[in-house]
Amino acid sequence: MPHWNPVPFAQQLLDLFAALLLLIVFAMLSQRRILTLIHLFALQGMILALSIADSAWLTHQPHLYYSAALTLGLKGVILPGLLRRLIGRLGVVWDVETLINIPTTMLLGIVLVIFAFNLALPIAHFSHTILRNTLGIALASVLLSFMMMITRNKAVPQVIGFLAMENGLFFAATSATYGMPMVVELGVALDVLVGMFIFGIFFFQIRDTFDSLDTRKMDHLGRD
Amino acid sequence: MSPALLTVSLILAGWLVLALGSLVLTADWSRRLVFPLCALLSMGLVVACLGHDHSSVDTGYWPIGLAGEVTPVRLDSLSCFFLILLGLVSAAVSLYGAGYFRDMSQTQPEALHRVTFFYPLFLASMGGVLVADGAYGFMVAWEVMALSSWFLVTLDHDVLAIRQAGFLYLLMAHLGALCLMVCFGWLAVNGDFDFSAMRQAHREAGSASVIFLLGLLGFGAKAGLLPLHVWLPEAHPAAPSPVSALMSGVMLKMALYGMLRLLFDLLGHPLWWWGVVLIVVGSLTALFGVLLAALQFDIKRLLAWSSVENLGLLFSGVGLTVLFHSAGQDTVAALALAALLYHALNHSFFKGLLFLASGSVLHATRERKMAKLGGLIRVMPWVAGVALIGTLSLAGLPPFNGFVSEWLMLQAYLLRPDFPQAWLDMTLPLGAAVLALVGALSGYAMVKFYGIVFLGQSRGLDVTMVHDAGYWERSAMLWLAAGCLLLGVLPNQVMGYLNGLTQTLLGPEGRVSVAHQGWLWLTPLSSQRASYSPLILLGLIAMGVLMTWWGVRRTFHGRYRRAPAWDCGYPAQTWRMQDSADGFGQPIKQIFEGIFGLSRVIPDPQDPAPHYHSEVHDPFWSILYKPLTHLLERSSDLLSRVMRARIALYLLYSFLTLLGLLALVTGSVP
Amino acid sequence: MSAWVWFFQLIQGVMALLLAPLLMGWMAYCRARFQHRRPSSLWQPLRQWIKLFHKEVVLAELASPLFRVTPYALFGILALTAGLVPMVLTDLPLSGAVDVIALAGLLSLARVILALAAMDVGTAFGSLGARREMLVAFLAEPALLMVIFASASLNASTSLSKMAATTLDRGFYLYPSLAFSGVAFLLVLLAENGRIPVDNPETHLELTMIHEAMILEYSGRHLALIEWANALKMLVYFSLGMVLFFPFGLSRGGSGWEIALSFIGFIIKLLIFGVALAILETVSAKQRLFRVPEYLGGAFLLAVLAILLHDLLGT
Repeated sequence: MPHWNPVPFAQQLLDLFAALLLLIVFAMLSQRRILTLIHLFALQGMILALSIADSAWLTHQPHLYYSAALTLGLKGVILPGLLRRLIGRLGVVWDVETLINIPTTMLLGIVLVIFAFNLALPIAHFSHTILRNTLGIALASVLLSFMMMITRNKAVPQVIGFLAMENGLFFAATSATYGMPMVVELGVALDVLVGMFIFGIFFFQIRDTFDSLDTRKMDHLGRD
Repeated sequence: MSPALLTVSLILAGWLVLALGSLVLTADWSRRLVFPLCALLSMGLVVACLGHDHSSVDTGYWPIGLAGEVTPVRLDSLSCFFLILLGLVSAAVSLYGAGYFRDMSQTQPEALHRVTFFYPLFLASMGGVLVADGAYGFMVAWEVMALSSWFLVTLDHDVLAIRQAGFLYLLMAHLGALCLMVCFGWLAVNGDFDFSAMRQAHREAGSASVIFLLGLLGFGAKAGLLPLHVWLPEAHPAAPSPVSALMSGVMLKMALYGMLRLLFDLLGHPLWWWGVVLIVVGSLTALFGVLLAALQFDIKRLLAWSSVENLGLLFSGVGLTVLFHSAGQDTVAALALAALLYHALNHSFFKGLLFLASGSVLHATRERKMAKLGGLIRVMPWVAGVALIGTLSLAGLPPFNGFVSEWLMLQAYLLRPDFPQAWLDMTLPLGAAVLALVGALSGYAMVKFYGIVFLGQSRGLDVTMVHDAGYWERSAMLWLAAGCLLLGVLPNQVMGYLNGLTQTLLGPEGRVSVAHQGWLWLTPLSSQRASYSPLILLGLIAMGVLMTWWGVRRTFHGRYRRAPAWDCGYPAQTWRMQDSADGFGQPIKQIFEGIFGLSRVIPDPQDPAPHYHSEVHDPFWSILYKPLTHLLERSSDLLSRVMRARIALYLLYSFLTLLGLLALVTGSVP
Repeated sequence: MSAWVWFFQLIQGVMALLLAPLLMGWMAYCRARFQHRRPSSLWQPLRQWIKLFHKEVVLAELASPLFRVTPYALFGILALTAGLVPMVLTDLPLSGAVDVIALAGLLSLARVILALAAMDVGTAFGSLGARREMLVAFLAEPALLMVIFASASLNASTSLSKMAATTLDRGFYLYPSLAFSGVAFLLVLLAENGRIPVDNPETHLELTMIHEAMILEYSGRHLALIEWANALKMLVYFSLGMVLFFPFGLSRGGSGWEIALSFIGFIIKLLIFGVALAILETVSAKQRLFRVPEYLGGAFLLAVLAILLHDLLGT
């Protein structure tokens, strides 16, 4: 008989959301189309919001509901919308080319996941929250998003990678400590929003200067 | 000396006598006598070893040895198992040889003489490796094995490619032997090179690890593990086919034997990270080997690369055993060990069979290139039939033998216990993933092998001249094919035999209990966990096929009409429209392009006679071996600069060396 | 009791033989509906095969015995697998003869035999189809094995009946690892059965065909047997998926009513599956052949992730 201890349904749901988050990061890592990338990012934000709401339900902490609503609004709707408008205005329709081919990226991704899980193992032992299992997943999605930033050479996917990393961090914070105080969360949300605007301006700057959004061209900044 | 050990010794001596006896006979008579007698002795070996009791260990001495010493020999269950393997396969190969070398007695009597001398010697030396109980005896037998097989490989020494392959083989064999010598030197206790002394010694983890790594290099070079595999796909195809069968089927297993002997007998307590090293090296070798096998267009090279793959699998199995054993999970370790030993036996059978079949193809068509073969099933039905069994076995399909060992190996991977190292728990499934991928890819390679060589239309070869294999050859191949089927459907009998072996190697806990539900059902650990019954399966398949046939014929009719192939109505069909060997490997080439060196010549669109050409290289040549030779050349350049001087300078060197040595001596005297 | 069990074993085999063409018919029906075409009858596949059985076989001149044995072998093997996967009862007397890994092995045996037969006549399309089939196979097979691995780790068994029974005992439980491997399984199912993103079962267009290219030279009863076997393969995959991921509804013996109920449950699941697949095939397009490795690589990755998640979440 396999040993399994029945846990409440909400907890099962939470595990599922965590797994889905990991899956989405992998999907982003393997995605060639920029629009799909943005959709995936929106999906990630929504699932993040759902998982926070779920943990609010599970732990009876009403302030997490606000946090979930904030996440949903900002990361599920506003930021993807902004990004979509941005690429519409920039007229970027190209597919994303990756620096390393996708199967290799995937393999590296699996290695990163194993690494992250083992990293999280000792931390998880200290933590007593019900979410400690998901800490490894959160860490893995941070690392994977980071890798996505490395393997892309266009500015927009890199920014999406950055935002996805932020999502992962947020999830890590929730799973380790049941979320941060409301003030901090609001501050972070504001930061992300501001960051997004700066990126937006930055994109236009890069394009105006180099006629391209390829960040590889920025290597020559010093020499030109 | 016990009767079993005495019999084995006498059989080995018999092989030696045959080798010497062949010198006094004419070439034709030596062929007629030596090969059947070899086969007889092989069978004797099997009988003697099957009768040997698992729990007993027979020791004795051979009254020959260096400097008047005696050579200790020993017969335990591990050497018994490998002796049986040797006997079973060499019996078939010897029978085959009796027919295969028939033509040579007229055309090349001298070469035939070489075969009849070195072939029994080769067999005897492999037996010697298996019974030796001391480093001296082991190394002498090991070297004789390498040299005698080298002489057999370079039989056609007029061909440049074969000379080169032979040279490479010799070089790698001796590099490996060198590592083994250092390894045994390290193992020796106070200058005592007998294995019995080595077993007693207690070693630090550090020195044991050095010994393990040296052993891995030495045995790995023989087994063709990455990156020491380069000789294998050159040397195995170069040899005459029966010799290739023996080399792939049996000689490579000697490396496995050596590794097992070293890890579980001489060293005793393997450390967990050795297992990790073995799994990683073995899995990578397997993957690399099968990929290159799928890309070959020479039948024997394809089989040789597939041997690289299988040896990789075997060594990863050894790694798994070590890992489980060091974690104290001896029941699971026993399962992994039994699975890999089973696979070793299976591999000997189907690889031997396929090499012999390709020998018959080669003999009948004088062609090794797949680009010229095709459609042989219609002119060589016997060979095609047995080769189909070998193909399905090698592809790991039920109910043949390759599947049973793969199944057991997967079960062992599935049973991963809790390791103290948490990351191992998560990494092991990756090993299983590689195993699954390798299994599927070997299916690809085998469909290519069989489909291109035996099926389809002939690729420009005049097949009317082609004849099927002779009686000697047929009986040999039938023997091996029957083995493939029997090992596939009667796994419990084999596992019952292996049970005693795993217990001797792993301790009393290392039991494989597979017959919880009687002899029909293979049930590792418990019937709740998994069960597989190949005999019932075979019966059901046979019943299903026959009932289908009977039902269709009964209900409807059996009419048919022959007509030209339809092929979507294309009127002009030639053999050139089939996939070539190259074309069949194309998807693999495309998907795994990054892994191997690929050079392509793509014709110009304006070219009136376009010719597409692509070639696959083993990347290890350019990554590892070329730089190494460059380094060697450069250092010898440097040396030659020093050596360019006159005689006076040489004398000066000697003088300085002398002075230095004298200073050293005086320094060391207190 | 024992006689009853053998009786059910027999019934299941016969049931599978009949259900397979009906499943094909049902999927064609749904697809036609979704695409606003007039659907053909549910019995159409069976009718067509019977027509084929009556026809004479036209054999290519070069065809060897291997070519002629293959349809029977294929049908026999797949009918056997269909008889062994639990569909209504969890435990059948013969289901211990193959566990889930051996089942995968049997499926690949069938595939290898068909690929070899396709190469036998030596036409351009035959070997093309065989090569593509093996390409799909060597990617899909490890993915399938990893899916099996994930489920087997969860249930500590690879025996089909035991896996189903364990999941039944546990009741409904959301496993992320199962969800992942379930998606991977679906991808493999589509690829292995030559459905839309990988192959198009309805065309004889050179650029798209894999399975059809292999069986171009077959005619008459041979063709009927192969197509029937193919339908059986779909049924086997479906019931395998049900055993691995959703065995609810399977009966463990008991009263006749219970068995009848679980039979109805199986039919309902089959109907839903047909609709779902038809929707999937209607909304998606066929991929280029060289996207297939990525598609199946994705399935493989998902399955490996499922195993990792199983270890991580400790469930």
